[in-house]
Amino acid sequence: MSRRQLERGRAVRGTVTADGIAPLGRADPDDADCVVLHIDMDAFFTSVEELRSPGLRGRPVIVGGTGPRGVVAAANYPAREYGVHSAMPMSRALRMCPDAVVRPPDGAAYRRVSAAVMDILRSVTPEVEQLSVDEAFLDVSGARRRLGGPVRIAELIRSRVHGEQGLTCSVGVAATKFAAKLASTRCKPDGLLLIPTAHVAAFLHPLPVGALWGVGDKTEQALRRLGLRTVGDVARTPPETLRHELGQALGAHLAELAWGRDPRPVTTETADKSVGAEETFDSDVRDPETIRRELLRLTEKVARRLRASGQAGRTVVVKLRRADFRTVTRSRTLGEPTDVAREVFTAAGELYEASGLSGVPLRLVGVRMEGLVPAGQIHHQLALDEPDQGWRAAERVQDEVIRRFGAGAIGPAALAFRDEDDV
Amino acid sequence: MRFRADRDAFADAITWTARALPVRPAVPVLAGMRLDITDAAAGTLGLSAFDYEVSTRASVDVQVEEPGSVLVSGRLLSEIVRNLPPYPVEMRTDGSRALLTCGSARFTLLTLPIEDYPTLPSMPDVTGSLPGDVFASAVRQVAPSASRDDTLPMLTGVNLTFSGGTVFLAATDRYRIAVREAWWQPRSPDVDTSALVPARTLFDTARSLTSGGNVDIALSAVDGSGARATRGEGMIGFEYAGRRTTTRLIDSDFITYDSRFPTEFAATAEVPVAPLVEAVKRVALVADRSTPLRLSFGQGEVVLEAGSGDDAQAAEALDVKFEGEPMRIAFSPQYFLDGLGGVESETAFLNFTAPTKPAVITGAPAEEGGRPNYRYLVMPLRVA
Repeated sequence: MSRRQLERGRAVRGTVTADGIAPLGRADPDDADCVVLHIDMDAFFTSVEELRSPGLRGRPVIVGGTGPRGVVAAANYPAREYGVHSAMPMSRALRMCPDAVVRPPDGAAYRRVSAAVMDILRSVTPEVEQLSVDEAFLDVSGARRRLGGPVRIAELIRSRVHGEQGLTCSVGVAATKFAAKLASTRCKPDGLLLIPTAHVAAFLHPLPVGALWGVGDKTEQALRRLGLRTVGDVARTPPETLRHELGQALGAHLAELAWGRDPRPVTTETADKSVGAEETFDSDVRDPETIRRELLRLTEKVARRLRASGQAGRTVVVKLRRADFRTVTRSRTLGEPTDVAREVFTAAGELYEASGLSGVPLRLVGVRMEGLVPAGQIHHQLALDEPDQGWRAAERVQDEVIRRFGAGAIGPAALAFRDEDDV
Repeated sequence: MRFRADRDAFADAITWTARALPVRPAVPVLAGMRLDITDAAAGTLGLSAFDYEVSTRASVDVQVEEPGSVLVSGRLLSEIVRNLPPYPVEMRTDGSRALLTCGSARFTLLTLPIEDYPTLPSMPDVTGSLPGDVFASAVRQVAPSASRDDTLPMLTGVNLTFSGGTVFLAATDRYRIAVREAWWQPRSPDVDTSALVPARTLFDTARSLTSGGNVDIALSAVDGSGARATRGEGMIGFEYAGRRTTTRLIDSDFITYDSRFPTEFAATAEVPVAPLVEAVKRVALVADRSTPLRLSFGQGEVVLEAGSGDDAQAAEALDVKFEGEPMRIAFSPQYFLDGLGGVESETAFLNFTAPTKPAVITGAPAEEGGRPNYRYLVMPLRVA
């Protein structure tokens, strides 16, 4: 069950009622306590591409990697009609839709447009929780007096995004983040859906369990074993049973969620839970030296991002995916949090060696740091044999060089390309 | 074999010997404790245990009725004797069993094949000796600074250096170095050698010493001239009140630590040990192992602080004598407490160089202008 299956692909502008979805009429909508808005840009990457090349409009467009192992990052609605969706291998997408126009992702362009959209949202209320480049929650409690009810604000946002950026978005309006997100998914594209609190349960209960936030493949299977297929099934199961079968935290969480109760507030600043980077090889790699070099490159990237965001991580996670997609992750928690690539790489290299996959062909490797804390809070126990200026200092200088001369100006020699003129 | 023994003396000797019993024996017979009566006239029972690294041997006076030897589960025997009622103990072998009676309690133990039991390493010749209480306190001062992480074996040991009439004990885990020196009586006045002893074993051995009497220290690697024999076969023995422990040495060189102690300091505080320890423990209640204890030294005062930001916080001030530039420095609370814990005098000296450089804690020297016999170097925590 994925979100994709919840999408109807038809624009909706309505409100949930006891008899299903009804168009929003002239009467005042029942939105008094529905202060959470979920704004979701429609087919964001491809829409930006269409904006840049108007000739693309109406044709199937795919944004994604073009290499032999490229993956679809986004597909516009015409392409989706052929069955193309994100995270699908590009080769398969092109078999399904040979006429599609493929564009490589242009992160900088998407971020520029995203920033402009987020500015519009922040002009409505500072209570904006940005989830990703094309998605955000808003708490409009404080904006109602100035701008009117939540549905009115949702309309305003939609028209401003369209008017100022030429893009469409869908907005879900509800009392909780969970319901608001389901609402925007349901009304896509270019839609608006209000789920009044009185009708949340009725709206949720026919949905498959996979619609519940926190239910992935494993949990879905566990629920299916219990004979629970819809959200309503979960709602009618005693919470004790859910806690017993799924564990305390998840069981209690789902019992609440199935009734539309979601205590999460809209938080303006979400600290990252982890920082990671991964690489899919163009063809499977078996050579341990090449894998280690790739781990070093990813580690450098992760550590640089940690330092740039003023964070340090405690747990090093290495992800290794074999040619047949079987994936192992191995983690190690360090004595103290670090943002030094050299220290992360020591652990990452040892995790790779201990994984038993040395010499096994891999298609993907990844490095991630978890257990993040602000770098200002880390304390480093100095050791007797530690030089005054260690790797930490060296890597800070490296950051400085890269800032002035650009990426690739400096880095570990192991990652340097061999220069033929070099002796 | 058949004998009668006093319950308390018997229990004490067995409990002591059981220290060398391996938790997970490499071969089944090593789970056994060996009981030997070689000579009916001597009236002593020998006890021994061994785990290939450490061996223990004790003896206890008994009324011998029949000499002999037996090997029984050491863990079980020590459990039993610790719980016996207060009556004389009688023990005898009967075929493949050993029978133990005490008052109206009776136990039947299975015996292990004594012919498979390895020969214990013999106690090397005595190199010298020192008072048991001095040895015990010296070990207690330095052993906590040894590392518990096996990746670098050298760091899990206490290094004993015997140099003429002085013995130095030192341990480090890369973050601090504890050094204690003491007088001892070498058999040969020009002895000059060292031994790296597993800290765990040394600590257990020292803990079992009660006051009074000397500990004999025997190094197998020392011949008459004081030179060291081949590596990897090093062995050290401790004998105290008729009880002997031997342990294999860690086959590695210890760091040269003397040069790591700074000789010049930017500031020195003279602090009352007990009140400072109490204050540190109070303030450290809000800190965990890796969060810093922050110390700010100024004129006549030190302010201790722990915790910051959104977490619980604590602070306390204490009067101290302080000379030098004001100093703000942070330590792991445990490392700092371990250092103060080794000071035996009422006042301690805290010597500082810089906030990111080693600090040195010492006790007051025995005589004015003398050298302190305990030194503890500790690396600070760098606070972001």
